[in-house]
Amino acid sequence: MSFINYAAREINCKLVYYGPGLCGKTTNLQFIYKKVDPATKGKLISLATETERTLFFDFLPLELGTVRGFKTRFHLYTVPGQIFYEASRKLILKGVDGVVFVADSQLERMEANIQSIEDMNIHLKEQGIDPVKIALVMQYNKRDLPNIVPIDELQKALNPRNLEWFEAVAPDGIGVFETLKAIAKIVLQELQKKT
Amino acid sequence: MRPITNLIIYEDDLSRIVACLNMLNRKARSRAVLLIDKSGQLIACTGETDGLDVTSLGSLAAGHTAAAGALAQLLGDEEFVFVFHEGERNHLHFSIIGGRVILMIVADQGSPVGLVRLYIKKFSRDIDEIFQELTGRPESVSGEGRFLSESGFGDLTDDDFEQLFNRR
Ligand SMILES: Nc1nc2c(ncn2[C@@H]2O[C@H](COP(=O)(O)OP(=O)(O)OP(=O)(O)O)[C@@H](O)[C@H]2O)c(=O)[nH]1
Ligand SMILES: [Mg+2]
Repeated sequence: MSFINYAAREINCKLVYYGPGLCGKTTNLQFIYKKVDPATKGKLISLATETERTLFFDFLPLELGTVRGFKTRFHLYTVPGQIFYEASRKLILKGVDGVVFVADSQLERMEANIQSIEDMNIHLKEQGIDPVKIALVMQYNKRDLPNIVPIDELQKALNPRNLEWFEAVAPDGIGVFETLKAIAKIVLQELQKKT
Repeated sequence: MRPITNLIIYEDDLSRIVACLNMLNRKARSRAVLLIDKSGQLIACTGETDGLDVTSLGSLAAGHTAAAGALAQLLGDEEFVFVFHEGERNHLHFSIIGGRVILMIVADQGSPVGLVRLYIKKFSRDIDEIFQELTGRPESVSGEGRFLSESGFGDLTDDDFEQLFNRR
């Protein structure tokens, strides 16, 4: 649910990075946090376990700038990817405007990717969101590793609707801003249509 | 209830909301009052907010009340109407209004818990009324108006987006 504040001429949107455990969701936010101008970002909040696995969520507020006189603010969240945090994952999707699905390109994580997409679709529906209509882009992460699945196979298995997709190496920032830009654009375009 | 897809707040709404929060803050003798939407976005705040990171507070408050709500449901309750935390210096009161917005009160020893609750109850009704009104408008529901475009936001070009991302 986007929040349009005419009094302050602000548009606020919520983006969620979804995907299986260890696929690199938190790494995406950490890279964005590191690279953006301090004036345009708030604190990066990470509710994590002692082993740096996301426990509840990461949160990064970003102010991208002004479009047509409206300040655009994006709140970036990650979900905890580990299977047993399902109850928390579903809460993070509350009021989401756009989703980045981060897939782990490694062969041995294909099953986990597929399971995570199914899990996401179920939880979107529970929030009253149509999984086919939500703004969604795909990120194929960990492209630097040796045992990865070729893109066309990832596409076949994870992206039958041929949504916009990006290859990424999140710790090096490859594909990170491209992905963010794509989802931000779709969300703002949707907002134009909706309102 | 119709699905609300956008929360749209105009100048008038905001001043009515802020007036409510101000009064609540004064009556309850609290330090600060924040109103947050369930997805974690701060709608308005009042009181001693200068030293507060209200954006972070908003997101954590939403996560926190969402988790409390899920706990309640596991126990067979719809949600916890009040959630209270007592610290050495600060007390936090959370309350969900009309199932859609979160009222968060930052108080200290100077504001008795009972008093704060009393005024939360009283002002919750006023705030709920405002939100019922503003979410009942056609533009709150998908595809039923062209409000953003009328204010010049329509037809965003690729240049608009380039500009957004070039500032970093
Ligand atoms: N080689 C390589 N490692 C990566 C890449 N992206 C993330 N990693 C590493 O993978 C590990 C897990 O990354 P996180 O970002 O914490 O994963 P997550 O998706 O947030 O995991 P959960 O919080 O458990 O859901 C970290 O050690 C990262 O450095 C990548 O593109 N290439
Ligand atoms: Mg994580």
